[in-house]
Amino acid sequence: MAETPLVEMQHMSLSFGGLHAVEDVSIDLRSGEVLGLLGHNGAGKSCLIKMLSGAYRRDSGEILINGEVADINDPRDAKRYGIETIYQTLALADNIDAPSNLFLGREIMTPYGTVDDAAMEAATRKVMARLNPNFVRFKDPVINLSGGQRQSVAIARALHFNARILIMDEPTAALGPQETQQVADLIVQLKKEGLGIFLISHDLHDVFDLSDRISVMKNGRLVGTVHTKDVTRDDVLGMIIGGKMPGEATEHVAATEH
Amino acid sequence: MLAALEVDTRLLGMVVALAVIWIGFHVLTGGTFLTARNLWNLSVQTSVVGVMATGMVLVIVTRNIDLSVGSVLGFLAMIMAYVQVEILPGFLGLGHPMIWVIALAIGLIIGISIGAFQGFWIAFAGVPAFIVTLGGLLVFRGAAWWVTFGRTVAPLDQNFQLIGGGIAGSIGDVWSWVVGGVAVAGILFGAVRARNKRRQYGFPLKPIWAEIATVGTAVAAVTGFVLVMNAYGLPERTVAASVVDQVIEEVASAGAIQSPELSALVSSFPAEARELVPALPDSKTQIVRVLARWDGLPSIPRGIPVPVLVLIGVAVVMTLVAKRTRFGRYVFAIGGNPEAAQLAGIDTRKVILTIFTVMGVLCAIAGAILSARLNAGANSTGLLAELSVIAAAVIGGTSLAGGVGTIVGALLGALVMQSLQSGMILLGMDTPLQNIVIGLVLIVAVWIDTVYQKHRR
Repeated sequence: MAETPLVEMQHMSLSFGGLHAVEDVSIDLRSGEVLGLLGHNGAGKSCLIKMLSGAYRRDSGEILINGEVADINDPRDAKRYGIETIYQTLALADNIDAPSNLFLGREIMTPYGTVDDAAMEAATRKVMARLNPNFVRFKDPVINLSGGQRQSVAIARALHFNARILIMDEPTAALGPQETQQVADLIVQLKKEGLGIFLISHDLHDVFDLSDRISVMKNGRLVGTVHTKDVTRDDVLGMIIGGKMPGEATEHVAATEH
Repeated sequence: MLAALEVDTRLLGMVVALAVIWIGFHVLTGGTFLTARNLWNLSVQTSVVGVMATGMVLVIVTRNIDLSVGSVLGFLAMIMAYVQVEILPGFLGLGHPMIWVIALAIGLIIGISIGAFQGFWIAFAGVPAFIVTLGGLLVFRGAAWWVTFGRTVAPLDQNFQLIGGGIAGSIGDVWSWVVGGVAVAGILFGAVRARNKRRQYGFPLKPIWAEIATVGTAVAAVTGFVLVMNAYGLPERTVAASVVDQVIEEVASAGAIQSPELSALVSSFPAEARELVPALPDSKTQIVRVLARWDGLPSIPRGIPVPVLVLIGVAVVMTLVAKRTRFGRYVFAIGGNPEAAQLAGIDTRKVILTIFTVMGVLCAIAGAILSARLNAGANSTGLLAELSVIAAAVIGGTSLAGGVGTIVGALLGALVMQSLQSGMILLGMDTPLQNIVIGLVLIVAVWIDTVYQKHRR
């Protein structure tokens, strides 16, 4: 593909003490593409992606956004580049209401320098009308909401600020079948709107139908990246469990041998 | 109905508990608890703990604790007393009107430094708040002793004493009504503005009867408060002296008593006093002594005490900070989920540092009130105050698990604590027994809150 990738992460490494959480991993993502990032628990998926979202500071490696080097050192930097993240834990402050969570760190202020709760509630109502029309509890602490409602608050937070790059870490882990389907529909829609989406999961079935490409990680290294249409579920399963690429259908191999 | 009123049920529960305590003590003491005199004193006694409790809410909401507030208060009280009694008069002369300003400013600046110092260890060095402030408890109590090597500094500057209330330290009936009027205007303005804003955005509105009920309750509370504060008069001796001073002044300036009210009052004096009037001003002391025993004197209302005015100011500012500023929003977010706050790009360390700095400022204010009330700086000032302050915040619904708490709740908590103490003193209970009761109340209050939290989910 000649087009410049939306995101390139090159030779990313991260370690905690002696533990190499991520070792020399390179992946990329294009506009309007869903990249599935798969691997066991502890394979390093979340760590890799947290370097992109600014939650962790990389030890080495380079992040390019639209072909230009991006200096991402904290979550604020990432948000400036249009990178929004929906964390596995949702990262909501349970004791405050949905609008306050949505705008946390980016509050709308009145001319007097106070937080403009009414404006934030209005904006939240607008986003929610699109995402989850049944949502009415704008004044309750989010701890009182159901799992699906909490999820929609986390998604609304990512979407409201016109993300170009969306990171979804196990987005359906806490959801029922109907809500899972809603999230799947949303991903398809966002993809059409031209967002690039990282979809992280330890469960192959969540990701297979939605992804254009799949990258698999094991023990902190990249096993490889494949086009979803070229492989079967069993092939990918083999990559996750065995850490080996299926004979062909290889786009590129960053780390093969162990 | 409670939902339409948008009443905080927890707060309502506290108000009910307070009412039960007040009525209970009123009956047990044979009618001395709910008198203007006792309520006035109660409000003054609440102000020290109340001021610090507003800050302790923010500390506890972020899952921290501050055990050092009593010691910091003591140290700052000593510093302010020492500066105004032993240093400033040497430069400015005794009773100079700037003395209290400079002394208070020095207290505030050192309070900020102490708060920032402790906040630095907690937020940036990563030492748990419990340990840092436990250290602070020892350090600053020791430092309080060190200021004068244990010597008590007294009496304080005349103007500084006003901060503590006392005979001259209240604002009188007229100004009390002005304050009450401003408060009512603020309440009405706030309610109308909030309603207009909700209408402008097309949000569901509160029913108008609920709006009237909440605003009406608030206005009634303000009015009642001012009425009670104005119902407590100055002591007879002070009133007598002020009447006599007025007579002296009018005679000196016009040769005779001019105003009809005053001349009517003088002619109704008991004979013993009336005979002494021509001999004024030399006979002043004698007349005052006679008049102080006479029950025909007019009553001069005290009005809102200065320390209570300070407490109200602090509470309004802290409520605005907690609810209407970014900083306040971050405080609660950090308390609810520190990781989420960090992922949202909030500099949590800076927020924690700021909270402890604010706590330092509040310790200085509370230290000024307490030493001014005692009219002395002693190194034991504020001993064990940290426990009252933490108890007030916790009784007021601040959760030690973090994320939950209100300034108003903490004030009510402080009022509950002080009411118990004051009531037990009126009943003549011994101090050890008072401590036992307060300790048990604290445990039960938190238990009730735990049960309430469980049932709400």
